[in-house]
Amino acid sequence: MRELALHLLDIAENSVAAGAKTIQIFAEEDLVNDRLRLAVIDDGTGMDAQMVAQVTDPFFTTRTTRKVGLGIPLLKAAAEACNGFLAISSVPAKGTRIEVEFQHSHIDRMPLGDLPGTWLTLLVSYPAIHWIFQYKNGSSCFEFDDVLFKREMGDLPLTEPTILTFLRQCLQEGVADIQGSAVIQ
Amino acid sequence: MPTVKSLEDLKKLREEALEKRKLKTTPGNVQITVAMGTCGIAAGARETMKAILDTIETQNLTGITVTQTGCMGLCEKEPIVQVTVGDQPKVTYGKVNPEAAKRIMQQHVVGGKTVEDMVIPL
Repeated sequence: MRELALHLLDIAENSVAAGAKTIQIFAEEDLVNDRLRLAVIDDGTGMDAQMVAQVTDPFFTTRTTRKVGLGIPLLKAAAEACNGFLAISSVPAKGTRIEVEFQHSHIDRMPLGDLPGTWLTLLVSYPAIHWIFQYKNGSSCFEFDDVLFKREMGDLPLTEPTILTFLRQCLQEGVADIQGSAVIQ
Repeated sequence: MPTVKSLEDLKKLREEALEKRKLKTTPGNVQITVAMGTCGIAAGARETMKAILDTIETQNLTGITVTQTGCMGLCEKEPIVQVTVGDQPKVTYGKVNPEAAKRIMQQHVVGGKTVEDMVIPL
């Protein structure tokens, strides 16, 4: 995978598989401290300490349940190669929080990639899940919480062309408006 | 913050969408499923999904449900897309890049004809 946004999609799929009702996806570009931070937080089934230890091991697989695969070990290795880390905290029956950090300016850091594309894909594919998306760039922040939107659309599927156009533009413009706007003091 | 503008906008949006829905553009209800396991994503499934959503938008196709599924155990055939039109049997397509996705949308979803050369026999 060549984009961090694709890794976010991959992690979010685990949250969906874990039966989460609410999933939050964060990305932050902090140029002042030269960090790029990502997080996926869910209220799914969670994992016990033993499983948390196992999911970052590339030789461990839950192929029978297909809950986690190679995605997390690869992302962890990528973060660690860029003076960063991947941390998982999880409580059974409560949820899982995955945080990833990179040195923003590191030459090997993958580009953030198409964040709105990842968000839109998840939003329309899993309408029953409550999605919260956030993108921060310095002191600017874009947040999309789908509660109000879905309530107003009622029983209309989000894949109706008019709605799709609205959502795509909303997410794309929200991110584009603040991308690259941060100035290093 | 340029989030959802106002409640009024959303109400208007809903009306528009409902209005458009009356003009049927696809033969019966269509369900499209894109496989999005790690293997699918790595093979480009998100771009495939984007091409499908793009076609829905640009051609104003109503009545289509798009969902996802995990790894189907055919990682070498990813990106995999399944299409069900009305009560016809489900068709599974393999190696669906964005271009192929547009072809499937055109020929199968709009035209009702299976794209034979891309079908994975299951």
